[in-house]
Amino acid sequence: MSHPVVPIKVYVSVFLALIALTGTTVAVSKIELGEFNFVVAMTIAVIKAMLVVWFFMHVKQSSSMTRLFVVAGLFWTAILFLFTLSDYFSRNWIPLARWW
Amino acid sequence: MASRDIVLHPPELKHHFDDIAQQKEASTLGMWAFLATEILFFGGMFCAYTIYRSAFHDAFESTSRFMNVTIGAINTAVLICSSLTMALAVRAAQLGQKKVLIWLLIGTLLLGCVFLGLKGVEYHEKWVDHHIPGPSFHYADARYAQQAQILFYLYFAMTGLHAMHMIVGAGLLTTLIVMAARNRFNASWYTPVDMIGLYWHFVDIVWIFLFPLLYLIGHTK
Repeated sequence: MSHPVVPIKVYVSVFLALIALTGTTVAVSKIELGEFNFVVAMTIAVIKAMLVVWFFMHVKQSSSMTRLFVVAGLFWTAILFLFTLSDYFSRNWIPLARWW
Repeated sequence: MASRDIVLHPPELKHHFDDIAQQKEASTLGMWAFLATEILFFGGMFCAYTIYRSAFHDAFESTSRFMNVTIGAINTAVLICSSLTMALAVRAAQLGQKKVLIWLLIGTLLLGCVFLGLKGVEYHEKWVDHHIPGPSFHYADARYAQQAQILFYLYFAMTGLHAMHMIVGAGLLTTLIVMAARNRFNASWYTPVDMIGLYWHFVDIVWIFLFPLLYLIGHTK
């Protein structure tokens, strides 16, 4: 799919937003927020990734089929995380004698 | 052969596609299918990181003190700059601006090399500080010596795999520069520039997650 030419202004705006978010994440990491430090850092990282995917990787202009492939990649990663973590995090829920 | 049997099409359009748009769509889909496998490839490592971080929470947070946040932040900015030059390179290719395209690709390549150079400086620091996992590993906080070593394993595995992708990307960019210089691209066909652009942005996104996870967690401690 040949997408229309995006004005330079859009790319530069996204770039500036990414730099600003990088500055924010470094600044916030120096403030003690407990577990929220992690939440804030990950939220900013997800926003940055979405900006890159949407504008730089042209998913904004891409076909629904391409978007389906993007979502499929994330969906299978979610399965990877969900199944693995549900095993590791639930191991001590039932107090069984250790068999080894 | 009658002339009506000869179907003329531009040289860049392969026989089995209806038109350039369809050919481009197929390439884009194929590239995203590859990137989906790449997401899962790195996903496995991020998953391992999640498991060990939740198991050895305090030990992992204690390692942030030994990460070079300044170089990490500069490298993040360098990669974002390189993503901008890459996006602008694709734009220049779309418009058929050969010279602009070549210079932007060279700029992207140089920024990639700056990233790898700074990464090398960091790896050297880790070597000097005995933070490379193995027999000579030494950690200041004796309580966490074993657990912190796991973090450094993950640090080298994840940043190493990322750096490998950067090296491959640098090779791909060099190929693009040569192809552009040989007039292989025009405004209607520049698919390799577009596809390698997608790859480069993906590698940038991996770093966007690696930076906070490895450098910033537990920074206040």
